[in-house]
Amino acid sequence: MNLLRPVLYLARRALVLALTVVVAVYAAIYVANMGGYVDEIVKGEALLRVSQEVRANPAYRGLNETQVRNLIDQLYQLELRRLGFDQPFIVRSFNYLYSALSLELGRSLFLSSDSGSRSVRVIIMERLPNTVLLFTTTQLILFFLGLFTGLYLSRRYGSRVDKVISLLTPLSSLPGWFYGLFLILLFASILRILPYGGMVDVPPPTDRFQYALSVLRHMVLPVLSWLTAYFFISAYTRRTFFLIFSSEDYVEVARARGIPEPLVRRRYILRPTLPPIITDLSLTLLASWTGAIITETVFNWPGVGSLFYVASVTFDTPVLVGLVVIYAYLLAITVFVLEVVYAVLDPRVRAGVMTR
Amino acid sequence: MMRLKPLLRYKSSLVGVGILCFLIILSVYTVATLPFEEAARLWRAGELTWLDNPRNALPAWVNFFSPTKLPETLILNTQKPGPDVIKVSVRAGENIKISRVEMNFRYGFDDFPSEINLFFTSTYRTSPPQLTISWTKPDGTQIPLRRMTIAREDRFYISSDTVLSTELNQLMENRLGRKPAYTVPTSTILFGPFDETLLNPESVKVVKGDYRLSVEGLLFEPEADFDVKLVVYGKVYGWAGTDHLRRDIGIALLWGTPIALLFGVSAAVSIALIQMTIGAVSAWFRGGVDTVMQRITEVFLVLPFLPVLIMVSTLYKVNIWVILLIVVFLSSFGPGVKNYRALFLQLRESPYIEAARSYGAGDLRIVVIHLIPRVLPTMIPSVVLSAADFVFLEAALAILGIGDPITPTWGKVIQDAFYFGALFKGHYYWVLIPSALLAATSISFALIGFALDKIFNPRLKEV
Repeated sequence: MNLLRPVLYLARRALVLALTVVVAVYAAIYVANMGGYVDEIVKGEALLRVSQEVRANPAYRGLNETQVRNLIDQLYQLELRRLGFDQPFIVRSFNYLYSALSLELGRSLFLSSDSGSRSVRVIIMERLPNTVLLFTTTQLILFFLGLFTGLYLSRRYGSRVDKVISLLTPLSSLPGWFYGLFLILLFASILRILPYGGMVDVPPPTDRFQYALSVLRHMVLPVLSWLTAYFFISAYTRRTFFLIFSSEDYVEVARARGIPEPLVRRRYILRPTLPPIITDLSLTLLASWTGAIITETVFNWPGVGSLFYVASVTFDTPVLVGLVVIYAYLLAITVFVLEVVYAVLDPRVRAGVMTR
Repeated sequence: MMRLKPLLRYKSSLVGVGILCFLIILSVYTVATLPFEEAARLWRAGELTWLDNPRNALPAWVNFFSPTKLPETLILNTQKPGPDVIKVSVRAGENIKISRVEMNFRYGFDDFPSEINLFFTSTYRTSPPQLTISWTKPDGTQIPLRRMTIAREDRFYISSDTVLSTELNQLMENRLGRKPAYTVPTSTILFGPFDETLLNPESVKVVKGDYRLSVEGLLFEPEADFDVKLVVYGKVYGWAGTDHLRRDIGIALLWGTPIALLFGVSAAVSIALIQMTIGAVSAWFRGGVDTVMQRITEVFLVLPFLPVLIMVSTLYKVNIWVILLIVVFLSSFGPGVKNYRALFLQLRESPYIEAARSYGAGDLRIVVIHLIPRVLPTMIPSVVLSAADFVFLEAALAILGIGDPITPTWGKVIQDAFYFGALFKGHYYWVLIPSALLAATSISFALIGFALDKIFNPRLKEV
């Protein structure tokens, strides 16, 4: 067996992925700075800060207006150098790129974490568990529920359940946050049994168990809204997917050969569907940690999605770039691992027959 | 066109087509009857334009489903005299004139009005008119309301006047000999009975019958005159109700329809066409072009779509069509490119392409005339389906508060409702009607899209 070809192939893919990450991060830096516009905001803020400090400082009371102006100018230039703004944007963008790629995420411009830190890493790490708790859970439930329902439906194709699910699929054209509005209206506004939003009761319970219970109560509506929105389409697509795979010629041949049905299902239907399902699962889980901006806004959930939102409206470049860099790295790593897994799993790839 | 006929075969798509037709007719009606500038002006006009509307009123059709009839707004104006509005002027001396205004109206609703206001306009040179205003109930009880001197533009907020409220409560206390446990609202005293039921806000009922507002004006100049407008604000208005600024929500909902449809369809169609073109070019030329295109697609995959959109629209406070352009641009290199490319890679090996190449067709000709038209039908279902997503994208942007600041849209109404606590205060209609429109639009696109999918991609139908 020729081992060199797959290895060479993977090495080339790794290189391409790395390049993509570099370019994407640079593009993100450029976009997040609005092509240098954010600099103006930062400079303006710095000038304001410096002038206020000078004018409020009693030590400088005795100076006349010109001297104060000169002092402000001096301190402003120093401040710009401290912030690294004495170089043109192009130069700085590459400095940013380097530190972003080495995961030195730096300090935010405006935002701070709940604990008061300005470090982008702390800010992101504070939000991440909340989003993972909500959206990764939701996506896992959704994925497996859709998968098993789809499998079940594909076996009972044409049955009443199948028809009902197919009929309800258009309901999935409404997004999750939209169902969220109705669920809030129903369960929080009218029935008053579940909270309007947020992550934990105010004030948060001190008891650990009570705390967990409170968080669970707050999770019910967002999870439910996404399940209502996306369950039908996910079950329907899986069903169609399994149906297409079970109508392949080789399945017919296997049946004709008299292979027992469970074995046909396992070996000829489920086995070839595995790679796309794994890809799907890994990419969905990966995307889930970036949260959902609108759902988090509607439910007031303190996750990465709302961090994304706040960072974008305040033009907090370091936070945005930090989020994008982490995402880009994780995406590239996931894609690469998937390629390796396929190289091991898929005999066509193993043999070096690459599909372009 | 021939292939669209089967669309009517499926019951579900028939429903979808029906809803869509209704929405299109509604859009045409809106565009034809209410010019956009007028709608935008009305929507941003502020409270003065809408002064005759009740605040946070329910849509009028709720009365149809409920046994208790909620009041509608009654407006009586001396500038529009009729059998109900009588104004008589008598000279009483050289310079003095007495004008008497009587406004009679029948109040037959089951609930109290939300507000009662009087608006005055008057013409005089130096001495303003002096008015004595009183209220007569169906049983003939007369209640003096106020004696006042009015300016050229003046108003008397009957229902929210604290002095009047104290006076009337005192009056009622004297009549009943007991003090109620709550401050009885002025509108309840004016429209309710003077008996024990007043003591409990739950039990008090409206007295139906003929009411009269009398204004006696003392004018000190021969040319002086005044006009009175009485507005008894109801609790229902129009087909969609009003919001916190007394605006007719119906206007925003009407104009939201063509905007939502246009935004959704044009975004979906242009993005699909651009992605398809990129996919076709990428698959046809292969090599360097393909590599570059694929790498750009991957870069766009990493860039977060919504945050970038939010940043751009926050920075430039753009209008909805610029947002549309940004959406199209950001989605041009979306994941769809990969699917189209795969499709075209298969197609380019097919015999008819080979034939075209053999008679010497150029690259452009093959891509535009042979490759793209071949794929068009298969992309229609997904385009229709994605139109629904873009309708919601616009709503989502509005809910985040970064939509078009001028254009009234469905999303904007929902955002207002959310921001001003409609769900906390129980103004459910404010959220439900625009939501229902959004949902109807989206579901109609989905129903049609799924049916088209069955028609154009029959492989799904077989399995």
